[in-house]
Amino acid sequence: MNPALYALIVILLGIGGCIGYFWTANFLLDKVLFPARGANIGRNINRANMVRPWVFLFPALFFLGIYLAYPVFATLSLSLNDRNGAFIGLGNYSRMIAEPKFGESLRNNMLWLVVVPAASTVFGLLAAQLTDRIRWGNLAKSLIFMPMAISFVGASVIWKLVYDARDASLPQVGLLNAVWMQFGGGFWSLLLLRILPAAILVALIVAGALAAWAMVRATPGGKLSANVLRGIGVVIIAALAYVLGGWGLGLLTAALPYGRPQLWLQTPFWNNFFLMMVLVWIQTGFAMVILSAALRGVPEDTIEAAVLDGANPFQIFFRIKVPQIRGTIVVVWTTITIVVLKVFDIVLAMTNGQWETQVLANYMYDKFFRSFDTGMGSAAAMVIMALVTPILIWNVWNARKEMR
Amino acid sequence: MDNIAGQKSALAWAVNLSVAVLVILWIIPTAGLLVSSFRSGDQIDSSGWWQAFATQEAQQAPIRITGAETTEGETHVIAGHLFTTGATVSAWGISSREPAAFAPDETADLGGGSSLTVAQDGSFTLSSPTSFEGARLPRVFTTAATPPEFTIDNYRNVIFSPMAGQSIGQAFLNTLTVSIPATVIPILVAAFAAYALAWMDFPGRALLIATIVGLLVVPLQLALIPLLQLHNTIGIGKGYLGIWLAHTGFGLPMAIYLLRNYMVGLPKDIIENARVDGATEFQIFVKIILPLSFPALASFAIFQFLWTWNDLLVALVFLGTGNDQQVLTGNLVNLMGSRGGDWEILSASAFVSIAVPLLVFFSMQRFLVRGLLAGSVK
Repeated sequence: MNPALYALIVILLGIGGCIGYFWTANFLLDKVLFPARGANIGRNINRANMVRPWVFLFPALFFLGIYLAYPVFATLSLSLNDRNGAFIGLGNYSRMIAEPKFGESLRNNMLWLVVVPAASTVFGLLAAQLTDRIRWGNLAKSLIFMPMAISFVGASVIWKLVYDARDASLPQVGLLNAVWMQFGGGFWSLLLLRILPAAILVALIVAGALAAWAMVRATPGGKLSANVLRGIGVVIIAALAYVLGGWGLGLLTAALPYGRPQLWLQTPFWNNFFLMMVLVWIQTGFAMVILSAALRGVPEDTIEAAVLDGANPFQIFFRIKVPQIRGTIVVVWTTITIVVLKVFDIVLAMTNGQWETQVLANYMYDKFFRSFDTGMGSAAAMVIMALVTPILIWNVWNARKEMR
Repeated sequence: MDNIAGQKSALAWAVNLSVAVLVILWIIPTAGLLVSSFRSGDQIDSSGWWQAFATQEAQQAPIRITGAETTEGETHVIAGHLFTTGATVSAWGISSREPAAFAPDETADLGGGSSLTVAQDGSFTLSSPTSFEGARLPRVFTTAATPPEFTIDNYRNVIFSPMAGQSIGQAFLNTLTVSIPATVIPILVAAFAAYALAWMDFPGRALLIATIVGLLVVPLQLALIPLLQLHNTIGIGKGYLGIWLAHTGFGLPMAIYLLRNYMVGLPKDIIENARVDGATEFQIFVKIILPLSFPALASFAIFQFLWTWNDLLVALVFLGTGNDQQVLTGNLVNLMGSRGGDWEILSASAFVSIAVPLLVFFSMQRFLVRGLLAGSVK
């Protein structure tokens, strides 16, 4: 059958079925089973009202149960079996941990989890604050937001052109290499490729140090759990600062390969960042839209008071606005974190995990559909589930708090 | 806020400039692909897309002379044009070591009494006392300025005469077939559930809402294998019905969450008045709730449509890979693998696949933003 016709029939059947189901169920409930007349009218109405929510909810619960709840348990049980279905306990997990590709995926995923949400949120906040103050702000917002509509695969094609590399004797087609070829070690190369990035890294380290200092200083002698969390935070910041410092030093001392077009996607470690850039490009618009709404929600009088006290625009932004929208920033951060954990298309389309760019979701896809190893694939999926679980709990906890 | 304390004009300038830089950075990658999709393969290879609008002087790929031979008395002559476009030659040569040895209208001695002349407009004359029959004709290296040139041939190629198994037109229809039912069905199912969760009182409601919020986060990677096995067991297998059901299931938590958040905010009086007037719940839902919830329904519809249109993973797993079921994203991934360097094909295909989402995005942006805000900010 022609698929278009098939689709039309399914839409009609789906809509008709839905409406038919609800109409019939209500009719049965109100007119046949518990009619609102006769001797037991009160009891009947009450009973009908007790049953009705479940009639309305049934199709949704059915789908949610089969398509989301059941697979969590089915995958868990699959992850404990080998590819032939025999129970092997945690065998898949230990085999997986022994695989270098898994370690690589986990490391890369950690990198993605730090960089992408942070960069998207920072760019989004910057864009939100800046576009809110200018006349053509809405147009600018639309244009920055536009990548949200583009598929991850489409975005991969778009960025692959940017990263394209040709032999040095040919004209460069990729924008990044065309720019790169302009550098030859002179003043601008020094400024743009060494001093500026190093300055950014130093700024990041300083920001981290300030955050760590604020954490250390904040209310000593609080609850033990809070102190432990704070301690962990400080340790993480210290580790990050150490890594960033190493990069900064590397940047200042490295002999950069001027004059040679770079294979951006095939340079181990750094190629991860070129892949992440694609997701940052897509997610910044999302962060911007939500943060800009939050910024508009900041009460005017707090800003006015700050202005009267002589605060400059930077102080207003960092001391008045950002603290007031902290909740929204956390929501944006978490949402992007979830996207990062699921992302698979970008890596599949651009490098397919070669050159040390593997991530968990693509690793899992590899195991499932290339090696046909359901056990290992399920184990990898469970690792992703384990990584989202804290967010899941936090979400549910927040939702319950709100409903009270 | 802008006029609270008299903005400094320098700062206003800095802000405008920063936003301009940001916007340019954000649209440049897409612009590059769009421009490339309208250039011919040769042009893409010979210069970056950012030079597409300018006349450029560049060394061209070598051109081997062809043409029919004529005789003028004792000399044998081949005359013709090197280019089909309006390029202007500024220098030319006959060996790769000296590609710019001659100026236009100069004559090069090819040895054996034969000679070659190339004019500024690319017309050439090759003459020799002996016949060219069977001889290897020389290659000409040119440095020429070519005017900007755009073409829609790439689109014509990918849509109407694709490589075997890579039919974009068919994939476009397949994608449409996937995304429309996968948008419509979850909305209906979710709307009823959201109404029940928002306006009906029953035990376990809070728990149910919490569960749905939790399911929002469940990665769909988890669902792939068990569901594929399930589909095979009950006989749906890989096909459209399976993917519609899967997208419905995966889209529901978000749909219910968005719609419930919206419906809770609807005025209580209207619903209670209707109840008092004897309307059944079904009538209330269809005649009051649905029309009032239109903004939320629209915003979810846009989300779900974009999501199903742009999806790759679910389609790879639940649909066959044959030409009759391959979706645009899958098609594009295959193209990237097989024709990774053919930017004229890749860019045109990519633009066919992102045209519909961009259209939806720009025409329905208001609803999209409203939906995002309803879902994320309290």
